[in-house]
Amino acid sequence: MTAQITGASRRDFMKASVIGGGLVLSFSIAAKAEAAEAAGAQALNAYVRVAPNGIVTIMAKNPEIGQGVKTSLPMMIAEELDVAWENVRIEQADCDPKLYTRQFAGGSLATPMNYDDLRRVGAVARAMLVNAAATAWNCPSGECRTSAGQVIHVSTGRKASYGSLAGQCAGVAAPDPKTIPLKDAKDYKIIGKAKPQYDTKKIVTGQPLFGIDVRLPGMLYATYEKAPVFGAKVASANLDAARGVKGVKKVFVVDGGTKLDGLLPGVAVVADSWWAARKGRNQLQTKWADHPTSAQSTAGFDKRAAELAAGQPMTSLRKDGDFDAAYKGAAKTVEAAYAYPFLAHAPLEPQNTTAAWKDGKLEIWAPSQNPEPGRQLVASTLGIKPEDITVHMTRCGGGFGRRLSNDYMVEAAWIAREAGAPVKLLWTREDDMHHDFYRPAGYHFFKGGVDAAGNVVAWQDHFVTFGEGDKVASSAGMGGTEFPSRFVANFKADQSTMPLGVPTGPMRAPGSNALAFVNQSFIDELAHAANADPLAFRKKLLGDKPTVGEGGSAYNAGRMQGVLAAVEKMSGWANRGKLPKGTGMGVAFHYSHLGYFAEVVQASVAPATGKVKVEKVWVAADVGRQIVNPAGAINQVQGAAIEGLSHALFQKITIVNGAAKQSNFADYPLLRMADAPPVEVKFVMTDNNPTGLGEPALPPVIPALTNAIFAATGKRIRSLPIDTSQLKA
Amino acid sequence: MAFKLNVNGKVLEADVDPDTPLLWTLRDSLGIVGPKYGCGIGQCGACTVHIDGKPVRSCLYPTSAVGAASVATIESMETHPIGKKVQAAWMDLDVAQCGYCQPGQIMAATALLAAKPKPTDADIDAAMTNICRCATYTRIRAAIKQASGQPVKA
Repeated sequence: MTAQITGASRRDFMKASVIGGGLVLSFSIAAKAEAAEAAGAQALNAYVRVAPNGIVTIMAKNPEIGQGVKTSLPMMIAEELDVAWENVRIEQADCDPKLYTRQFAGGSLATPMNYDDLRRVGAVARAMLVNAAATAWNCPSGECRTSAGQVIHVSTGRKASYGSLAGQCAGVAAPDPKTIPLKDAKDYKIIGKAKPQYDTKKIVTGQPLFGIDVRLPGMLYATYEKAPVFGAKVASANLDAARGVKGVKKVFVVDGGTKLDGLLPGVAVVADSWWAARKGRNQLQTKWADHPTSAQSTAGFDKRAAELAAGQPMTSLRKDGDFDAAYKGAAKTVEAAYAYPFLAHAPLEPQNTTAAWKDGKLEIWAPSQNPEPGRQLVASTLGIKPEDITVHMTRCGGGFGRRLSNDYMVEAAWIAREAGAPVKLLWTREDDMHHDFYRPAGYHFFKGGVDAAGNVVAWQDHFVTFGEGDKVASSAGMGGTEFPSRFVANFKADQSTMPLGVPTGPMRAPGSNALAFVNQSFIDELAHAANADPLAFRKKLLGDKPTVGEGGSAYNAGRMQGVLAAVEKMSGWANRGKLPKGTGMGVAFHYSHLGYFAEVVQASVAPATGKVKVEKVWVAADVGRQIVNPAGAINQVQGAAIEGLSHALFQKITIVNGAAKQSNFADYPLLRMADAPPVEVKFVMTDNNPTGLGEPALPPVIPALTNAIFAATGKRIRSLPIDTSQLKA
Repeated sequence: MAFKLNVNGKVLEADVDPDTPLLWTLRDSLGIVGPKYGCGIGQCGACTVHIDGKPVRSCLYPTSAVGAASVATIESMETHPIGKKVQAAWMDLDVAQCGYCQPGQIMAATALLAAKPKPTDADIDAAMTNICRCATYTRIRAAIKQASGQPVKA
């Protein structure tokens, strides 16, 4: 906080920012217009500048990937600063954690991590302006109030605009934020009001915003070919043939390293246009060295998972009560094996970075969700100091977790230094699909039992995942507190691992996007075994204890009961018996990223083809006491739910010969308009701290759909994506 | 070789190989970056432009095939009678999340409304085949309805 609200370092920042803005051709016109509008502005801290005409510029600290933080985080500052939203201009900050603390897009954490701090940033700036007015009027600051960018002396009605006062704040120390009171939420004029995304006009008019749009004077274009088997070295390549292509300037082999999230071996082709670079690449005929993981395959993993499931688990994740005895004594038992595939993130803007190397220093423009680790990776790989690298954050054409890794950034930096010119590296879609950090596949072997009264009395999950011994691959783990852990007396979660040469990583609602499917499906199986209403069965399972567990693993069953009751009502769950034959409703809930979500899907299945039509989705969400920007919030929830349906219906990466088989949207289809149902969203307000919305709406929709398919057809989906050929009547 | 292209009402000159897709001529040679690259195989529609008013996926359209036809990109939609209504609806309903696909979506929607001024849901399903990876389809549908003066469901 201290760094954030000191004005001193702001000057250096502005200098850097102006240099950057001047160099980038494509961003300059809009930036110049905005700079002129806010001319002569005085910085009050690292986030806030006030121009004499009252235009307030607020820095957006985090990467914008479509989750809306470029608008919602400045809303928090503007609220406490007490300015009119139409006078606010928003500028994307560069990567500078000393000024802005952690700058990343992940974990749905922007709201919970910044809600208090950024409101204080605004409140402190407001206090400085009030103090400046009080000094000028020779009165105690307590006699002043503020409204929409003005300080007002209450008794006399005397007014001064922020624009006229800001200059007097130069060099004045900021007050201690702890001494500054924050507004009561009932007085909010900006937070909680729907604000369109700040960049919406630029988006709909096609103005340059994204990493791919960056253009520098004298810039060259690069493409980079890597081995289909992750990390394999270059054995041979026809560099001269590529050099012979018109427009190609430089072709070279990069030795690279062995770390899958670093600079991997490959061949770079640099040209005066990207099309020329690609034509050069087409001539390479690269041969790759043998690699130890080149025999791995999805078919092999499936086989090995079944073998591991038949044996003793390698690791115990949790053990409560006596599963074996309870299972034996249960009134009804169910045994089922579930599986889900690797998934590619496929953000629509392919990976890219523009890098300029000059006099031992690097300037980088990158659509990264996690720029500071990128800067560190570039520094360690190129052997330069992190402080000699400037990273500008561009808008990201989607993120979904893929851009938490910075492999494209380090590739661009390396190529730019070798090329001796500013270079824009752009991956092809095929590069992106073949070189992802995939959502890991996984296997769950369940046994469960219910008693005669419809209580779950025994639960066992043998989870087969990827890793070595106890150590699991990135985002391939399961915690011992995953629901229904702690809600079933005789509970056993075990784990076995198998080695993997495929890079994995977090994908929107990591872990949860798969675990909700398997757990909420198996709960549904137990409900049907008990002849119970699946929603009432879940209420019973959640029980009447408000909270289970403590600290980071606490699970608030009361909040989940609240959203479950809400979605029951919204969806007309009680009337589902009146749906036509072949149509069903399914329910599921999941807690992740501090949010409680319950969802109902209504779907029908065509008897002749097995084709699934999702007719409607209802989402009840509890993310605390305040929705920061309702316009963006509903959009996030609808998008997450529809993305979940896309996972369930269409998406799968298959590993063959150590490499990803699918290469583009023809063989890795994403859901399109014709398959997108209406999604009705309700926020259940509870007195809890506001939390994020990028992720937690996704996980429950998948089991809600597969449970709806069971209700419609009596057929249980235990493997994703849904094989519609098995749903034919 | 040098091509004279009629883009957004201006004649612009680009020196590119004849097989260069129009997308790359627009983006890299002419600096018109509204049309986006998403797949390169005509699947996603992020690169959609109008050629003589018809929606075309410019990532597959050779520059040499353009000839004297008029090319319109998202950058000229503010002066297009339907395009500007579509843009206004997109802004009013705050359709975008990341925004990367939206220029292509708007070009596809504008062409749809030019052909069918009051599209049904089925018309929208058939014409709007562009991918939105953020899945803003609910608002895209609503914005098309709004731009065509039809009632909008939330």
